[in-house]
Amino acid sequence: MTDTAPSSLSKYSGGAGAEPPRLATPSGGAKPLVQRHPSVLIFIGCLALFTLGITILAEGFGIGVISTSFVKTLGKTLCLCLVALAMDLVWGYTGILSLGHMAFFGIGGYAIGMWLMYARTELIVVESLAQAPLPPTPQEISDGIAAQIFGVVGASEFPPIWAVAHSLPLQLAAVVLVPGLIALVFGWLAFRSRVTGVYLSILTQAMTLALALYLFQNDSGLRGNNGLSGLQNLPGLGDVPQSTVSMWFLWASAAALGLGYLFCAWIVSGKFGSVLRAIRDDEARVRFLGYSVEAYKLFIFTVTAVIAGIAGALYYPQAGIINPAEIAPIASIYLAVWVAIGGRGRLYGAVIGAAFVSLLSTWFTGGQAPDINLGPYTIQWVDWWTILLGLSFVAVTLFAPKGIGGLIVIIERRTTPNRHGADLGPDPGALREKEAET
Amino acid sequence: MSTLLEVSGVSVSFDGFRAINNLSFQIGQAEMRAVIGPNGAGKTTFMDIITGKTKPDAGRVLWGDKSQSLLAMSESQIAQAGVGRKFQRPTVFEDQSVADNLMLALRKNRSPLSVLRFRASAQDHGKVAEIAQEIGLEAALHRKAGELSHGQKQWLEIGMLLAQDPQLLLVDEPAAGMTPAEREHTTALLVEAAKTRAVVVVEHDMEFVRRLDCKVTVLHEGSVLAEGTLDRVTSDEKVIEVYLGR
Ligand SMILES: Nc1ncnc2c1ncn2[C@@H]1O[C@H](COP(=O)(O)OP(=O)(O)OP(=O)(O)O)[C@@H](O)[C@H]1O
Ligand SMILES: [Mg+2]
Repeated sequence: MTDTAPSSLSKYSGGAGAEPPRLATPSGGAKPLVQRHPSVLIFIGCLALFTLGITILAEGFGIGVISTSFVKTLGKTLCLCLVALAMDLVWGYTGILSLGHMAFFGIGGYAIGMWLMYARTELIVVESLAQAPLPPTPQEISDGIAAQIFGVVGASEFPPIWAVAHSLPLQLAAVVLVPGLIALVFGWLAFRSRVTGVYLSILTQAMTLALALYLFQNDSGLRGNNGLSGLQNLPGLGDVPQSTVSMWFLWASAAALGLGYLFCAWIVSGKFGSVLRAIRDDEARVRFLGYSVEAYKLFIFTVTAVIAGIAGALYYPQAGIINPAEIAPIASIYLAVWVAIGGRGRLYGAVIGAAFVSLLSTWFTGGQAPDINLGPYTIQWVDWWTILLGLSFVAVTLFAPKGIGGLIVIIERRTTPNRHGADLGPDPGALREKEAET
Repeated sequence: MSTLLEVSGVSVSFDGFRAINNLSFQIGQAEMRAVIGPNGAGKTTFMDIITGKTKPDAGRVLWGDKSQSLLAMSESQIAQAGVGRKFQRPTVFEDQSVADNLMLALRKNRSPLSVLRFRASAQDHGKVAEIAQEIGLEAALHRKAGELSHGQKQWLEIGMLLAQDPQLLLVDEPAAGMTPAEREHTTALLVEAAKTRAVVVVEHDMEFVRRLDCKVTVLHEGSVLAEGTLDRVTSDEKVIEVYLGR
């Protein structure tokens, strides 16, 4: 969808000697984004309808057919769609197979989780100290919060990374800045030394693993393998029922996904997108055109890390808990699988893949899928789902490299004719592909 | 005529094999030069060195009036300085339209932030259409480059070079896979380009070189064997021995 050229020139078919056109029609770039890419409008429309439908059906503000926990599942799915968009931008469009973007997602979750946990514990501590004969000093309050939060890891003092946890604006800034800075430094080191392909993928996996292992330690300052919990409770809004909070988050997630989609569509639709796809297909050639490939890669790697961080910050309050296992290398591999199954190189493909596979995964691993009794052996989907997913991934890679999104393209009949093996020149018997490859 | 590019005493080895051996070469501001030589003479490697793809073990590559060294610059910086290159095997972005390919090459600010803000003006579209017409692809502007024939891809790549508007064009075997009529058109394009800038053409086909009607440099085993008019080098004993006489 996104690779269509502006069509303003199509009217021009000047023969030999004709004046090159001084275009009277508005140039492609002047048209609004949605006009150049109708898919954006369709997507935003579907998202709005979906959100409206859930609002009507859910408990919070509607008739209550859909449970609050399912609303949370849907809200989380929207966040996964957003991080899949980021993955598609970095992998599908730019060709960088990052297997570390779920780490940025997790960092976003931790950043918002720190504030949620701090602020809620603060309220509890202040309340419990209010009974004391003397008004508590700030130090006493701080110690009380620290004891509450870090008791599980046997500490009672705030580690330095909690320095700004009391401030929502600063932790929100951290949601964006920490993934962005890590991506910037990591990307600068990796791209500058021209690490590409599978080596880069391995490097990103190593980064993810290192981060997860660090967080698993009790003295990492983020409660080790306990992680942060109780994130579904918004500080100061204890009276608001979860059915309402879940709707707020669903709306916020839908809005973030919509804006993220617009942003990504804007990036890939113009000349910048053209450069990205060119880098994916032949980065050496792009260099000889005078583009600094490294700068472009760094830009897209950092921007997508920020998007992933925002998605994570919306996801974990709906999940209620975050722990280092969420950042495990396998999570980022799943992300790549979703995008591959949905169809990389197409924004809606990434969204479809993430939504489809993650919901299916919830269904299978949630014990809702009926087990299949084969007599001597019973297929239990909780165990077999991963294998099914792995097989689908292999099948998609081998037989449908364009994924589910590719089906839409087939319907549109916009496929490139396959010229492999044909005469290369205009005259019969011209140089053939094989001869040309010298 | 002042010198645009000066290569002196350059050597490159690949795993002990000397692909370029103490090579020296000069070209002026608006000059056409043909480089010929047997397979493996180092013609492509010579271009790799100028464009920054391969770093030489020894020697200097100086560029422009200020005699800037190209060796310390990256590929993209060299391209921005004004060196354009057409590859031996046509490399265009097959997944994108002819118009997109030309627009990518069009001489504009290449930094990410300005590309992000870039919106093609009517003038840019006009320029693209103009170049498409020069290379005979005006009817194919919105076709994907991957659908083009081999010869058309060669032209598209030449068109991208023209759009880039470099001071020095390095053209590696532009006529490979072309029909005689297409070759003639290619010659005309190159001769036209050489009126305002320096053009280095690597080509095997002697007829093609003759039509370019320019000074010829013969490479052999990584160094210059002879230099002069086509008639002079083709009558050179050494050249006949290593190249023509085979
Ligand atoms: N990256 C490389 N690693 C090892 N050897 C190389 C490399 N590049 C070139 N060579 C060798 O250097 C020599 C010169 O190669 P080059 O491609 O420059 O020749 P050429 O003159 O362009 O030949 P042709 O006419 O076939 O295109 C060849 O023997 C080639 O095998
Ligand atoms: Mg060669």
